[in-house]
Amino acid sequence: MPFLEAVRLALHTIRVQKLKSFFTLLGVMIGVMFLIAVVSIVEGMSDYVENDFAAKIIGVNTFDVRRWPNFNPNEDDEDWRELLRRPRLYETEARLVRETLSADFKTAIVSENFIYANAPGVRPRMVQAIATEAAYFDIKKFNLTQGRAFAPQEVVSGSRVLVIGDEIAKYYFANLDPLGRELRIAGQPYTVIGVIEPQGSVFGFSLDRMAIAPYTSALGRALRPRGDIEYITVQGPTREVLMDGMEAVRAAMRGFRRLTPGRADNFALETSDAALSFFDGIRSKMVLFGTALPGIGLVVGALVIMNIMLVAVAERTREIGIRKALGARRKDIIRQFLIEAATLSVVGAAIGAALGVAMSQTIAALTPLPASVAPWSIVAALIVGAGVGIVAGLYPASRAARLDPIAALRQE
Amino acid sequence: MSQHLEEEVPLSTTAERKIIVDQAGAAPSKEWVIVTRGVKREYDMGGEIVRALRGVDIAVRRNEYVAIMGPSGSGKSTLMNIIGCLDTPNEGEYWLNGQLVSTMKDDELARVRNKEIGFVFQTFNLLPRATALANVELPLVYAGISSNERRERAMEALEAVQLGERVHHRPNELSGGQRQRVAIARALVNRPSILLADEPTGNLDSKTSEEIMRVFEGLAETGQTVIMVTHEPDIAAHARRVVVLRDGTIESDERREVFTEKLGLTL
Ligand SMILES: Nc1ncnc2c1ncn2[C@@H]1O[C@H](COP(=O)(O)OP(=O)(O)O)[C@@H](O)[C@H]1O
Ligand SMILES: [Mg+2]
Repeated sequence: MPFLEAVRLALHTIRVQKLKSFFTLLGVMIGVMFLIAVVSIVEGMSDYVENDFAAKIIGVNTFDVRRWPNFNPNEDDEDWRELLRRPRLYETEARLVRETLSADFKTAIVSENFIYANAPGVRPRMVQAIATEAAYFDIKKFNLTQGRAFAPQEVVSGSRVLVIGDEIAKYYFANLDPLGRELRIAGQPYTVIGVIEPQGSVFGFSLDRMAIAPYTSALGRALRPRGDIEYITVQGPTREVLMDGMEAVRAAMRGFRRLTPGRADNFALETSDAALSFFDGIRSKMVLFGTALPGIGLVVGALVIMNIMLVAVAERTREIGIRKALGARRKDIIRQFLIEAATLSVVGAAIGAALGVAMSQTIAALTPLPASVAPWSIVAALIVGAGVGIVAGLYPASRAARLDPIAALRQE
Repeated sequence: MSQHLEEEVPLSTTAERKIIVDQAGAAPSKEWVIVTRGVKREYDMGGEIVRALRGVDIAVRRNEYVAIMGPSGSGKSTLMNIIGCLDTPNEGEYWLNGQLVSTMKDDELARVRNKEIGFVFQTFNLLPRATALANVELPLVYAGISSNERRERAMEALEAVQLGERVHHRPNELSGGQRQRVAIARALVNRPSILLADEPTGNLDSKTSEEIMRVFEGLAETGQTVIMVTHEPDIAAHARRVVVLRDGTIESDERREVFTEKLGLTL
């Protein structure tokens, strides 16, 4: 039985029995559809986390010095108590960090939180208030569409100047020029001097709701009433230099805090890798869950195909007898039915893949979840489809091959 | 074995007696297409043994045209299946073209069927969803012949049975006689050593039967070895030699002329 003829025969069967074939292939279709959708979303998320998210939230070649880690996947009560016992981070330590590092590095003190801001005639709303230094704009590579960032002297003097995100500008100052206008945050007035170009969003959280002022201004005190700072962000010229710098900072901090060798750090040094590994954890959970469901679909699909192939073998007993009488060997018959089962299943997988692509596009369009369909996942889906068909076809095919030709020919 | 031969098996010629009895166990020479020696076939029907063939000795030369006659249940189809390598005997030897078939396994039998045997059945046994051409190509498919050559040879075979105009028709678009001619084309396409027909006219009216018999006649004249099973004496009378089975043994094995004279048939 030539390959193409067996494939054509299977396709013909599908064409003449559209409805029956549809139900036969439903399991495989659903399985593959979810497989593609899940893989697309996981892939999309990884792409996103690696390329956009890590860079946007933490920054390229950057580490943060913190009281405790920001991305901390598995913390229990014991960990929490240890974290709370840690000393707070102060400006003096920021100075220490800066002195430890060469001039190749950029550093900025940062404290941030969501607080209400208001302007005349507009309903108050939460903004992402950030109290920092001038270098922050440089580290984050923010470009301004209007006005300017604040200068180092304004940080020294604690000026109440404010650089705002695009969304904030549009919300509070619709149809107005925001420059020179006043925005009140935590009751204190600030003058808008610049607007940052749109940054987009991460997982549905807008990055354009920032309101950035010098940490020396009233905003610093509003965010950190106890006078400490949230973290120091450090950017190095290359990854290698950054890692060396990080170890130098660790040593300096330990010295400053008088930690004897053998005692753990009582501060956190966090790179974008921490965020990445945090998301790797989420990803592996998603993959596990996301393949269990399609897995069930594929198993059900295989059982249905096996059943339909057993019916086909029974219905076509006489055909098998004829083929054997004309010289078909066992392996010829096995081949024919395996190709038929695989073709059926691959057709189901192809339809499932198309639906899966459509589903992931829909998810990407309707939810903040990113989705990118990897070409390999479609190839994999078709291979999985063929595999399911072959596994499902093995038993019916071997039954067909073992039929006694005389008995088979006698069948009506 | 020689004992039962002397008792109950009338062999038509001494040459056949010689090849079957005197050379038992040895491969027959080239001129013999078929030699069976004491072939037995029994079916176990839940404890009860049905003895379909009780020791059949037949020797058929190349180019012979033989009819196997006998009442229903006499073992004609069982013998046909063994000669056609669809089945093997429980006892006895079967030599086809110098090969000992009676000890062969499944896949070897399939290869022999493909190369040496052309089947024509009472119910045609064409694949219903395939065209005449595709049906005729089938034996060549299993012979591993390339698709171009397959097509060419299948066309030739169909033209030889005057169906050159109907190659793309499916069986349900053909008359009974045409279907049987497709089956004949299919049986001959791989140039088998023997053409085996089990009641080839059983499903056809007498006019179409005559037409099919003329095809067989033509094939026999060109030197094709033909073995045909029938229970109709006037169909059997087309062959040159008639073997009559009864209760799984050979009752008579005679030239056509002897057979027809005995029955008072005119040709
Ligand atoms: N597969 C089988 N199982 C049991 N008995 C069988 C089988 N095939 C044939 N027989 C028996 O063997 C005997 C000969 O059958 P068969 O060769 O078909 O005769 P014919 O073709 O001459 O009518 C009959 O008694 C039949 O019932
Ligand atoms: Mg019969």
